[in-house]
Amino acid sequence: MLENLFIDPTFQFVLFSAAKIAVVFGVVMTFVAYAVLVERKVSAFIQDRVGPNRTAPPLALKIPVLGRFLQRCGIFQPMADGLKFILKEDFTPAYVRTIYFWIAPAISVIPAFLTLAVIPFGSTLGKQQMVIADLNVGILYTFGIVSLGVYGIVLAGWASNSKYPFLGGIRSSAQMISYEIAMGMSVVSLFLIVGDLNLSKLIQWQADNGWLVLYQPVAFVIFLVSAFAETNRLPFDLPESETELVGGYHTEYSSMKFALFFLGEYANMIASSAMMVTLFFGGWSLPFLGKPADSLLGGLVHIGIFIAKMIVLMVVFIWVRWMLPRFRYDQLMDLGWRRFIPIALLNIVLTALGVALFNR
Amino acid sequence: MTKVVDRSPLNFYERTYLPALVEGFKVTARHFVRSVKGENTATDLGDGYYPEVPWRVEGGYRGAPYLVRDQEGATKCVSCQLCEFICPPKAIKITPPGPEAGPADRPNAEKMPREFEINMLRCIFCGLCQEVCPEEAIFLQQHYSLSGLSREEMIYNKEKLLKLGGVHAGIQKWKHKLEEAKEQESFPVNVG
Ligand code: SF4
Ligand code: SF4
Repeated sequence: MLENLFIDPTFQFVLFSAAKIAVVFGVVMTFVAYAVLVERKVSAFIQDRVGPNRTAPPLALKIPVLGRFLQRCGIFQPMADGLKFILKEDFTPAYVRTIYFWIAPAISVIPAFLTLAVIPFGSTLGKQQMVIADLNVGILYTFGIVSLGVYGIVLAGWASNSKYPFLGGIRSSAQMISYEIAMGMSVVSLFLIVGDLNLSKLIQWQADNGWLVLYQPVAFVIFLVSAFAETNRLPFDLPESETELVGGYHTEYSSMKFALFFLGEYANMIASSAMMVTLFFGGWSLPFLGKPADSLLGGLVHIGIFIAKMIVLMVVFIWVRWMLPRFRYDQLMDLGWRRFIPIALLNIVLTALGVALFNR
Repeated sequence: MTKVVDRSPLNFYERTYLPALVEGFKVTARHFVRSVKGENTATDLGDGYYPEVPWRVEGGYRGAPYLVRDQEGATKCVSCQLCEFICPPKAIKITPPGPEAGPADRPNAEKMPREFEINMLRCIFCGLCQEVCPEEAIFLQQHYSLSGLSREEMIYNKEKLLKLGGVHAGIQKWKHKLEEAKEQESFPVNVG
């Protein structure tokens, strides 16, 4: 009876999917924590500061040399931060619309994680494909989910019932919608070339023919810039913009609810880095490692390659934040509507022509 | 000398935003590399960081205001309450001696405050009290890191302020008068 259950393909599918989800979730959470640390350290170094260098459990300091070194690197800081978020007082102001105020953080964090479901983060490990859901409409799914993210922010801005969050929410809705168009258009050209919406197939194509960033540099630039706008990162962090709107949409939030927004932002960053790796940088493949792995080691190497590429893009995200000043709101809209959308359209037309001419 | 700022419109290359990216990257990378290599003079102080190694305060720094004593160890403040009046955040509270209190501990002074409190939580280190004081009795000194465990603890009373303030001889405005007065006592010394 029990053996039958284990051989049953549906059960196996459920089991392996659950395992993959758990692992991916755990890895992403760790990534979020340490992305915050890297961000703090990088910003500190760029701004001639030292960054977190004190937190350490007393036990860790007992280790000679290494303990001190880790403390100076701030390795233990994320744990302290997490603990702090959990233990802080969760304050709900009296004037907010309570129900929406409560669900907004959840709405903003869930889409970020959902997008990760279709990303192939490795080729195969044993017999399992290293993607949680190998959808045939992967990219459409991603765009559908990503655009849900804006609801969390808008809802937070509206439910907070005070002016700064409200302005932040409005800005975010306008910004995200404008840039989503450019973003969506930029990837159309990729699929014209590849001829498939499935992300695993896309990677296989890149493994065989070379990275798509070489074929479509314009699309990549548009996608990258739009990703900055989508994740509310500088130079497009107008929904938050500390200098004008205090904290933007999350001004009224504290404790774990704020932490969820924070988590959402970084999870979004991870998701869009992963997306870019998949779309433009050949996913888990390297120019000389293009075959789906047949051994366990090969599978792990592929996952490692994917993560390494992702980390590079994350550092780009982080670095840019400390490099460029924030855009003015009209400049942002101008860039989105009057520059990127026409360029993306032109790019689609040219790509279509190219495909028509050369693929005969 | 007038400096004419060039405000000619951006050329095409500049409008692509690329020069800004390149320059931005150069600047940030320079600072980053310097910090990572430990050559940053702003962060690498050599002997440690703030709480353990306190920041070295330069002379002329205006920190917390404290009351000072004169060269003979007497209270300089005469309880004129000008500082209380001028203090923008109303951090100073002075209790004047009133008729029943004894004389000041300084000759030449009619009175001194019975109690003198500065609420360091309110004080903004603006220095107006120092500026207004006719007796040079209160000075902004070098302390910048005041901390306490309760609000009450942060209200410094006269005793504490005088102890922290120390002696400040300064311009000895009344010295001359004091000497004159002393001479008066033995004025007609040897007549005839
Ligand atoms: S420094 Fe300014 S704020 Fe502080 S006690 Fe003096 S007058 Fe008041
Ligand atoms: S400190 Fe100076 S200004 Fe203030 S009451 Fe005393 S003498 Fe007057």
